[in-house]
Amino acid sequence: MKEKFSVVTSRCVPLNIENVDTDQIIPARFLKATSKKGFGQNLFRDWRYDGEGNPKADFVLNDPTYGGCILVAGKNFGCGSSREHAAWAISDYGFRVVVSSFFADIHKNNELNNFVLPVVVSEQYLADLFECIYSDPSTEVTVDLAAQTITNLKNGHTATFDINPYKKHCLMEGVDDIEFLLSKRSDIERWEADRRDACK
Amino acid sequence: MANTLFDKIWDAHVVTDIKGGPSQLYIDRHYCHEVTSPQAFDGLRTRGLKVFRPERTICSPDHNIPTVNQDKPIVDEVSRNQVETLLRNASEFGLTLFGLGHPKNGIIHVIGPENGLTLPGYTIVCGDSHTSTHGAFGAVAFGIGTSEVEMVLASQCILQPKPKTMRITVNGKLKPGVTAKDIALYIIAKMTTGGATGYFVEYAGDAIKALSMEERMTVCNLSIEMGARGGLIAPDETTFEYVRTREYAPKGEQWDKAVAYWRTLYSGDDAVFDREVLFDAADIEPRLTYGTNPGMGIGITETIPEPPADETAKASYMKSLEYMGFEVGQSLIGTPVDYVFLGSCTNGRIEDFRAFAGYVKGKHKAPGITAWLVPGSWAVRKQIEAEGLDKVLNEAGFELRQPGCSACLAMNDDKVPAGKLAVSTSNRNFEGRQGPGARTILAGPLVAAAAAVSGVITDPRK
Repeated sequence: MKEKFSVVTSRCVPLNIENVDTDQIIPARFLKATSKKGFGQNLFRDWRYDGEGNPKADFVLNDPTYGGCILVAGKNFGCGSSREHAAWAISDYGFRVVVSSFFADIHKNNELNNFVLPVVVSEQYLADLFECIYSDPSTEVTVDLAAQTITNLKNGHTATFDINPYKKHCLMEGVDDIEFLLSKRSDIERWEADRRDACK
Repeated sequence: MANTLFDKIWDAHVVTDIKGGPSQLYIDRHYCHEVTSPQAFDGLRTRGLKVFRPERTICSPDHNIPTVNQDKPIVDEVSRNQVETLLRNASEFGLTLFGLGHPKNGIIHVIGPENGLTLPGYTIVCGDSHTSTHGAFGAVAFGIGTSEVEMVLASQCILQPKPKTMRITVNGKLKPGVTAKDIALYIIAKMTTGGATGYFVEYAGDAIKALSMEERMTVCNLSIEMGARGGLIAPDETTFEYVRTREYAPKGEQWDKAVAYWRTLYSGDDAVFDREVLFDAADIEPRLTYGTNPGMGIGITETIPEPPADETAKASYMKSLEYMGFEVGQSLIGTPVDYVFLGSCTNGRIEDFRAFAGYVKGKHKAPGITAWLVPGSWAVRKQIEAEGLDKVLNEAGFELRQPGCSACLAMNDDKVPAGKLAVSTSNRNFEGRQGPGARTILAGPLVAAAAAVSGVITDPRK
């Protein structure tokens, strides 16, 4: 059982860059670990630190102005490699929600499987949200999974977002797909015995 | 009724559809490498589970392995631990492993097809986004995360929302000097890096049908680079001919039965796709990328285009060019190159080495160029030697390395130093992909060969 997800209210970390690929979220040289722990310290490693390991002042994670557990990112977030380490890094760093106008498929699944909620909003809503955060870094946002709404508490702008009912159930109840699949093993055996195609 | 090739294979593998949710999809073949699997095996141990169908999973270390001295222990301790962890897990859970030093070892997307482990009509997954490679055989093949790797190990199923369908038709005849890689880079540039997200792509048209299996693998391999869940091509005589003699392919009566089924795997005349896109093969020339995603590409005679109008998009575009050290309006021809990489699951097969060797024959590697020529598998390397291509390469000043993913993602020692420019036949030009600060131009094997012998970006047709 994982922590159940219901309502999150938080300030936001703005990352207004498009096509952020998972190599940027967590570079390949940090994928050699054999556990899921500790990836947060290398989240956005090469944007966050220089070659000597010193924080780069101009990167948003190093800017004390911004904080909170909601990451707001430009469109096509998480493209590229399927590495789930990217979702582990985001979760381990402390983010519980990622807001963007568009997510890459595999990464979106990986976030959901790690109880990080990807919230898809319109490009307009995203642009408005970025503007609010940049003009007032204390801007808070509420994400309500049950109601499937996101609300910018600064200006009251609310939008609804999609999530398939099954995944919503998983997040709200703190259960994962494996538990579901294990309960289906006898169905799977029956299906295997009945299959007619030549891949048997 | 949809009646597409994709729908036929997908629907044949649905164990059940969850109401309002994903499909429970049965997986015929699961490939496993060392980077994305250790946490999945840990999950099984924590839950006290065995692998549900061990015969359907094949393991091969490829990402971390060195491309020299593979007979010696891996020097990097963390890499060695990850490779050894795969070895221990395969042994503990009773899985087939083609470990380091095994004649079948190599990049998982190269060895699957060459051993007949990838078959038409299959559903195939791997914790690796380039699993789409296997779509070349008319299989529904796609990359998954580690949680999903654990699901497959535990139940031989995963839960997946059914993607939309797209058909990309390339008609006409390719011009001389244009490779399958150029087709793919052309399509990705037209579609953009996220343009096919949410879709499963079928490639069709006479230019696609005319491709060999190796070329089809190159095209399908890159499907993910425009965001597609996967890409596939209807199996035909070219496919059957390739598969027929492979070790794990069905034999005798089983073969006849299989082929009869495979012949039903095509999109019917009444097939309906959610999206259709049409290209003309004659419009494609050798391609290059100039930015930091594979969608940022041009024909070799073109110049770097103007940035998009939208402010955020423009800022991201200019950030890319700044990283690469290129300017709007610039032609890349004549740009000095430091490194050349031939290899990867995109272009590490025998035909890629034939193309490269064919170009450099009688010429010589340019001074100042570091070239890494990395076959995709031991079988590819053996074939290179059997055809005498290694001698051609040696005479031209090149050395053949040992198989692995190598400089494609630089998890081993094959790292391009910061600031250096590489022409790479791999699949990603992301910032730092080939090493921190490294700059990557993606291209086909002929453009790579031309850069390797001239030392600068050169049109291989000249």
